[in-house]
Amino acid sequence: MAKMPAELESLVKDFEFSDRTERIDLLIEYADKFEEVPERIATRPFPVENHVERCESDAYVWAEDLPDGTIKYHFAVENPQGLSAKAWAVIMDETLSGKPLEEVADVPCEVVFTVFGKDVSMGKGMGLMGMTDMVTALARQRLKARKSA
Amino acid sequence: MTDIASRGYANPDVLVSTDWVASKLNDPSIRIVESNEDQLLYPSGHIPGAVQVDWAADLNDPLRRDYLHKEGFEKLMSRIGATKDTTIVFYGDKNNWWATYAFWVFQLFGHSKAKVMDGGRLKWEKEGRELTREVPTYPATSYSAPERDDNKIRIFRDEVLKKLGGGTKLVDVRSPQEFSGERTHMPEYPQEGVLRGGHIPGAKNVPWARAANPEDGTFKTAEELKAIYEQEQGLSKGDDVIAYCRIGERSSHTWFVLTHLLGYPNVRNYDGSWTEWGNSVNVPVER
Repeated sequence: MAKMPAELESLVKDFEFSDRTERIDLLIEYADKFEEVPERIATRPFPVENHVERCESDAYVWAEDLPDGTIKYHFAVENPQGLSAKAWAVIMDETLSGKPLEEVADVPCEVVFTVFGKDVSMGKGMGLMGMTDMVTALARQRLKARKSA
Repeated sequence: MTDIASRGYANPDVLVSTDWVASKLNDPSIRIVESNEDQLLYPSGHIPGAVQVDWAADLNDPLRRDYLHKEGFEKLMSRIGATKDTTIVFYGDKNNWWATYAFWVFQLFGHSKAKVMDGGRLKWEKEGRELTREVPTYPATSYSAPERDDNKIRIFRDEVLKKLGGGTKLVDVRSPQEFSGERTHMPEYPQEGVLRGGHIPGAKNVPWARAANPEDGTFKTAEELKAIYEQEQGLSKGDDVIAYCRIGERSSHTWFVLTHLLGYPNVRNYDGSWTEWGNSVNVPVER
């Protein structure tokens, strides 16, 4: 597995050794911390290009460029019952925002199965992988632009 | 939505309203059971006093592709503090999709004191009713279950195969794209390792969610349901019906609608469904 930002790697390890109840409690704690994209970044109706494909919770992702060249990620989850998407948004913001783009770009989307467990339903798994793909794609986009500049 | 009693259902008592549930929260003869797709929903807030029955952890055999057996069901009922006299009221996310799945599995063990809360979690939440994170515990019971009966409401691949070309009506409750073979999975959902796309020959396509009102998750009236299943698809009450989907969960919703709301006596759920049929060697497929 490619090198992940240290914070994400350590969080993934925590989940790896959690039982089902601990995992769910942890994920709900994260979901409770969810804050929607601020108005200075986006307002409804949200643009279609920020919409996560394959996500039934109707999630959106934005990248805000920080002065040091890294990214601050913002999210919206339109389905009020989309708790897994909210938890994952908080985790990605806490562990990937402000981290070297090279590391963010390499985060494998299968990491969601370690965090959410193998019995996460198919639909949920796909949506969460879709969110991860969008986050890593935004990092790759910046890296590419930087190279061609 | 109209009162349940005035919707013309064959068995109106199988559904209860959110009002009814709210008035029974402290009734010891009732056990409220939440069943969802999203494992985070119940722990994040549920109807006070409700217990969770999880489709993956509680209802499926961890090793074989099968449901739990007699001993597992007895343990489950003991854990949720239910006896044979306890009325189980199911509710859940996604128009009660997973709630009807749990309801169907409970019927394999003959627990007929079972109801579904019309509108499920969506309606309860939309009405601003109380949700709690407190997980209740009930004194363990001793529940003696019969052996699981796989004959009346469940059907296996080989029996389905034998019935092809006879009078049996097959209802494929997947999306039109899955039915046509254009996709082998639900829209927005991943490919699931199915080798062939299409449907079982002769099947009619009635996506499961057509039976529910999307705005509040309640079931449509009997007249509206008959318009879909009878006028449009040509089913009738005396038919031998098999419902199937991808793994048998969406089709348990249709099984519930046909059996309990329209009163069809011979409906079976083929839980092997497309993940079995679409991977089977030398079975006929139609596109």
